[in-house]
Amino acid sequence: MSVLQVDVWRGREDGRFQRFEVPRAESQTVLDVVTYIQRHLEPALAYRFACRVGMCGSCAMTVNGVARWTCRTHVARVARDGRLEIGPLANLPVIRDLATDMREFFDKWARAQGQFAPTATRRDEPARVAPQSPGRAAADAAIECIGCGVCYASCDVVAWNRDYLGPAALNRAWTLVNDVRDGARGARLRAVAAGAGCHACHTHMSCTERCPKRLSPTASIAGLKRATAAALLKGEL
Amino acid sequence: MRRDFRARSHPAWWAFLVHRLSGLALAAFLPLHFWALGQALHGEAALDAFLRWTEQPLVKASEWAIAVLLAAHLAGGLRLLALELLPWRDWQKTLLAAAAGVTLAAGLALALAI
Amino acid sequence: MSARGETTLWIAQRASAAVLALCVAVHIGVMVYAVQGGLSAAEILARTRGSAGWAAFYGVFVAAVAVHVPIGLRAVAVEWLGWRGRSLGVALHLFAALLLALGLRAVWAVVA
Repeated sequence: MSVLQVDVWRGREDGRFQRFEVPRAESQTVLDVVTYIQRHLEPALAYRFACRVGMCGSCAMTVNGVARWTCRTHVARVARDGRLEIGPLANLPVIRDLATDMREFFDKWARAQGQFAPTATRRDEPARVAPQSPGRAAADAAIECIGCGVCYASCDVVAWNRDYLGPAALNRAWTLVNDVRDGARGARLRAVAAGAGCHACHTHMSCTERCPKRLSPTASIAGLKRATAAALLKGEL
Repeated sequence: MRRDFRARSHPAWWAFLVHRLSGLALAAFLPLHFWALGQALHGEAALDAFLRWTEQPLVKASEWAIAVLLAAHLAGGLRLLALELLPWRDWQKTLLAAAAGVTLAAGLALALAI
Repeated sequence: MSARGETTLWIAQRASAAVLALCVAVHIGVMVYAVQGGLSAAEILARTRGSAGWAAFYGVFVAAVAVHVPIGLRAVAVEWLGWRGRSLGVALHLFAALLLALGLRAVWAVVA
C-alpha cells in the first residue's frame, strides 16, 4: 500500500473532514502524516506539536476516534484499509483544524489547587522523603503526567458535565495530597470535593485506558474520594 | 468534536453502561413492585389476583429480566466498591469478569427455578 | 454543591450500597427459592406474616433503597438531562419520600 487516504478535520466546531492523499513511508507516525499535509498539500492547516518524541504532550489529536499522541502513534498500528481519520481533541473548543483551546483544561488544574504550597523556605534543610513511604509511592504512581489532555478528551463525565474538574487536574491534586512538604492539604481536599469534583467520577476508566504514560487517573481520583471522605468523618473538611 | 463509540469501546465503559441502565430500570420498577406487594393490604385474594396476572409469559419474562438486571447492578456495584475503597491494584479486568460471572450465575439460577 | 455536601452524598451512596449488597444477595436467594413451583399469596404471606425478622430486614432494605436510588438518579439527571439546581433537589427528595412511603407500606402489607 503506497498511498494513505487521510480525512482531516478543517475549520472550527462546525467544520468538516477534508480528504488528502499522503504517500506511505516506513515507520511513519501520524504526526509525520499531518506534517506532510501541511508542508506539501495544505499550508494553511493548523496543528500543534513541539518535541516529536513523546515528551512535551502538545501533539495529542483524535485518531480514528481515539485520543492519542500523534508523534508516538505509528500509522501501521492505527490505519484501517489504508485510511486514517484525524481530528482535534474532543471536549475542548476547536481554535482551527487540529488545534484546540486548552485554557479550560489548565484552568481546572488551578481550580483543583494543582500548585505546590511550600511549608519551608530556601534557608531550611531539604526535606527528607523516604522513597518507600506510602505517600511518596502514591505520588510516584501519578507524577509523570505531562498535561497532554488525552484523558480529558477521553472522559465522558467531562462531556456530560462541563464543570467536572477532569482526570488530569484531579490526578495532579492527588500527587500533592500525598506530598508531605505541601501545606495546603485541607484547602485542596475542599477544592476537589466541591461542585463537580472527584465524586463526579463514575470509574468509566477511559482516562486510564487512553493515558499514553500508562498512568491511572481513576486510581488517583479513587484516592481523593477516600481522602475527602476520611476528612469529612474527622470533621476536617 | 464529539466522541463516538470508538472512544468508548473498552470493558470498563460497557460495565458503566450496564450499571447505569440497570439502575434506571430498577428505579422505575421499584414503585410498581412496592405497589404490587401493597395489594396484600386488600387481603390474600387481591395479592393472588395480581400474582395470577404475572403468570403471563411476557410478564414472567420481564420479571426474570429485571431480576437479572438486579444481579448485574449488585455485581457491578460490588466491583465499584472494590475499585474505589480497596487499595488499587491492576485487577480491574478480573473484577469485571467476576461481576459478569455473578450476574450470569444469578440469571441461570432464576431461569432454572422459574 | 459544597465539599461537605458532595462528600456526604458520596458516603451515603457507598454506605447504602454496602447494606444493599447484603440485602439484594439475600433477596435473590429468596427469589430463587420462592419462585419454584410458582408464586402464591398464601405461600408468601405464610413466610412473612407476624415475622419481626422479615419486617426488620425489609424495613432496612427499603430505607437503604430510599437513600441509594435518588443519589444515583441525581447523577443521571445532571449528566443526561442537564437538570440541576433547586428543582432537581426537590424532585429527588420527593422521589425518596415516595420510595420510602410505598416501600414501608409494602412491608406493612406483607408482615402485619
